[in-house]
Amino acid sequence: MNVELTKKPVPRLVDQLQYGLSAPICMTWELTYACNLECVHCLSSSGQRDPRELTTDEAKAVIDELAALQVFYVNVGGGEPLVRRDFFELLEYAIGRRVGVKFSTNGYLLDEAKAKRLAELDYLDIQLSLDGADAATNDPIRGAGSYAAVIRAMDNLRAANFGEFKISVVATRHNVSQLDEFKALADSYGAQLRVTRLRPSGRGVDVYQDLRLTQTQQREIYTWLMGQPDVLTGDSFFHLSALGDALPGLNLCGAGRVVCLIDPVGDVYACPFVIHDEFMAGNVRDEGGFSKVWRESALFESLREPGAEGACTSCGAYDACKGGCMATKFFTGLPLDGPDPDCVKGFGEEAMAAVDQSHVPHSTQDHSKPSGPQSQRVSISLGSKPASN
Amino acid sequence: MNPRAPHQLSSRIGLRPEPFGAMAYHFDTRRLVFLKTPALVELVHSLVDYDSVNSAVAAAVDGDEHKANLYVTALSSLADAGVICER
Repeated sequence: MNVELTKKPVPRLVDQLQYGLSAPICMTWELTYACNLECVHCLSSSGQRDPRELTTDEAKAVIDELAALQVFYVNVGGGEPLVRRDFFELLEYAIGRRVGVKFSTNGYLLDEAKAKRLAELDYLDIQLSLDGADAATNDPIRGAGSYAAVIRAMDNLRAANFGEFKISVVATRHNVSQLDEFKALADSYGAQLRVTRLRPSGRGVDVYQDLRLTQTQQREIYTWLMGQPDVLTGDSFFHLSALGDALPGLNLCGAGRVVCLIDPVGDVYACPFVIHDEFMAGNVRDEGGFSKVWRESALFESLREPGAEGACTSCGAYDACKGGCMATKFFTGLPLDGPDPDCVKGFGEEAMAAVDQSHVPHSTQDHSKPSGPQSQRVSISLGSKPASN
Repeated sequence: MNPRAPHQLSSRIGLRPEPFGAMAYHFDTRRLVFLKTPALVELVHSLVDYDSVNSAVAAAVDGDEHKANLYVTALSSLADAGVICER
């Protein structure tokens, strides 16, 4: 909500936010690259712990900084945050300093005892990841048994009277027809549904072409979301605003402006979906810490400058979609000032056809387990139909 | 909001200065509220020094009634969002 005094002298909030804020609104902190799952679309290519990960004391120093910067809450993820042995220690430390925590988990380790402990904490949100409304749809993406694990975790949270938690779905070609089922599942637990966009980040690049929504599906999800204002989206579908009225939320790429990521080794990236050297602004261990990176890094300063004139600025829909998602363009080899691959006007398809695949950037880190989810990747490719549009 | 009653910034609010004004975060509802001018932020901070919203607004607008109405409307929506409360 915005409180204005007059319409005239005050620029639109979205125009002010593009020049950046004194601290991020929505920041993500991946606590570890270790994970007990190997999801095929993992945006951080997680699997194995990195020996350079922040220690407990270093993580607490980051929390102190976030508190001083008045970062009101932080989205904690991974990897799987619950595999960190100091998870509860850090959680309680953050909450004690008025830095709220919303953490994402696959639910495997969320047993009855942990659910009870979590239910005793205020100022905490939990987000359970689920990518299919049934095991047959979910498990090929997230791993065998992962659907049952999430349901068990939700049962444990309900039994512990945790209250409202979130179910977080990455929309794919295979689950987008299940949106009503996801909503019904969330409602049955008194949970809030969150649906976000698939990005070709991390291992997601390997499955993006097979799992991304078709143009028809993009129109379907846009219509569905417009009718479900209570469903959260992380404002991730703003490229769809070019289909008509704007979706609720911030219709702007927030990278380096209102959003950033701290990865498990303390590297600070412009957003959670661009874990790549080109978008690394610094490290929390550097002199001046996170604050200096946020305020002074050359990368973030450049992201806060008005966008360069690109192919999209002459398009009538540019005010609505703002050219789409920077990370999605980057990892599909598209110019950042050009159309999003999922541009609803179809300009993305043309641009994609012109991409020299030998110049598509590759992830600069990979913590996948040596075996990797290769077998799953193959089965998904074989099981999916080619895109019709 | 009763503009004749004394008000203050709620203790459940974190108020962070920003180039455009301030960002308020409600620790209970977890909602963000943007205060889009520095003058409004100053007025919110001043509420605690006055015995009513009206007197705080009067001190801020120097006789400009149109401006006073805009301020009262803005403060009223901040009260609805729980950013300010009676004291």
